[in-house]
Amino acid sequence: MSGRRVPGWILGLLGAALAVQIAWQAARPPVRQAAESLPPAPRAEALRLAAFGEGPAAARLVMLYLQGFDPRAIDYARLLGWLRAALALDPPGAYPLFAAARVFAETPDPAKSRMALEFIYQEFGRDPNRRWPWLAHAALLAKHRLKDLPLARRYAAAIDRQTTSRDVPLWAKQMEVFILEDMNELEAARIVLGGLLERGDIRDPNELRFLRQRLQELEERVK
Amino acid sequence: MLPAATLARLVLIEARRGGLPWLAAGCIVAAGALAAFLSQLALTESRELQLSIAAAWLRASAVFLMTAHVATRTLREIDDKALEQMLALPLGRPSHYLGRLAGLAACGALLAAAFSAPLVLWASPAATALWGLSLAFELALVAAAALFFAMTLVQPVPAIAATAGLYLLARSIAALQGLAGSGPLDEASLPGQIARGAVAAIAFLLPRLDEATRTEWLLYGAPSAAAYGTAIGGLLLYGAILAAAGLFDFQRKNL
Repeated sequence: MSGRRVPGWILGLLGAALAVQIAWQAARPPVRQAAESLPPAPRAEALRLAAFGEGPAAARLVMLYLQGFDPRAIDYARLLGWLRAALALDPPGAYPLFAAARVFAETPDPAKSRMALEFIYQEFGRDPNRRWPWLAHAALLAKHRLKDLPLARRYAAAIDRQTTSRDVPLWAKQMEVFILEDMNELEAARIVLGGLLERGDIRDPNELRFLRQRLQELEERVK
Repeated sequence: MLPAATLARLVLIEARRGGLPWLAAGCIVAAGALAAFLSQLALTESRELQLSIAAAWLRASAVFLMTAHVATRTLREIDDKALEQMLALPLGRPSHYLGRLAGLAACGALLAAAFSAPLVLWASPAATALWGLSLAFELALVAAAALFFAMTLVQPVPAIAATAGLYLLARSIAALQGLAGSGPLDEASLPGQIARGAVAAIAFLLPRLDEATRTEWLLYGAPSAAAYGTAIGGLLLYGAILAAAGLFDFQRKNL
């Protein structure tokens, strides 16, 4: 199908405008999240409204958004507000507690780490049979990173006391004994991770890769 | 009802000629690409992330395609006087309107089948089938709304905006009620009571679309029969209201 001939100046205008657009965007600095720019968390209902009722999708997008911030530089009170909102949007979802235990609680700042651990402990109480793996990791962090044995025992005892499902393994129920044993962080982490892998609790390839990398980092730190 | 069935078939043929299958294919490809990209960023729950994003995208795309298709197609028929020609056929107005709506609902069912098929990659076939069936009923409701607004408002932008507004409000009304029932509006003050009353009054007039085609069904297993029945029943009831309202308007229209 042949149309009317287009004057050259129109083609030139189109090409020039496109070239200026590309050059302008290329010259702009890359988009980065500023650590201090994490705003206060909106309420879960407001997020649900913004997502037009798509709670599970909104919860996971919130987690991808939070992942972009450096845990060392953000306000943890705000961060925990966001994590609570993400959990409220999709209560069976594991991502907020995973991130709290494996990313945000592992910060070198003990005060921030404690805040993240307390968040895990509080949320564990709402669904112990599903959320115990993160409290088990929290107990290890309390013992080995914070050197707070009473806190670690409190978390371990909570797993024993509050879980009722037969699916919770014996080693998790007996976490308190395990906490009191004289073993280093690497040995303890290996037992917990090994137990979870053996039971098939961790199947996600991204999570497996992430945990193996964390274990490797721990091995190098303990050496 | 045979002439109405012929009309329904014509609606399907026009949807195919209008490029709807290609647009649907584009939406499916975009859903796959978006899910694959975002899953690379996830530390855990990559399957759940892909599934929830793809399902939300496909649901929204299906509703948008249906709304735009019904509104533009109906208004083109009015502008081209094709509707007047069809009305000259020996076919009652109710058969005419309902036949057209049946064709659009069938088109929505095909779209729902196409959009739920790729979700089997991440979710169980049974949960996907329930999600797809619910989407088919949801699209039938959207078609009824778009047909009603297109016939009544007789302009494409207002018709599409009204359908989208109704749909989005129905999707969000439960969240709005949650917001109104807590926080500053929870107080017993007069403005708080008025706001809560207004939201409750609007909710009486809307279907609970947040209860239908839920992503949770795909992620965490099929819903109970009672919950599913309530969701589908709500869609059918509101679809019937919109069809009756459209029929009323079409019957009294001077064409």
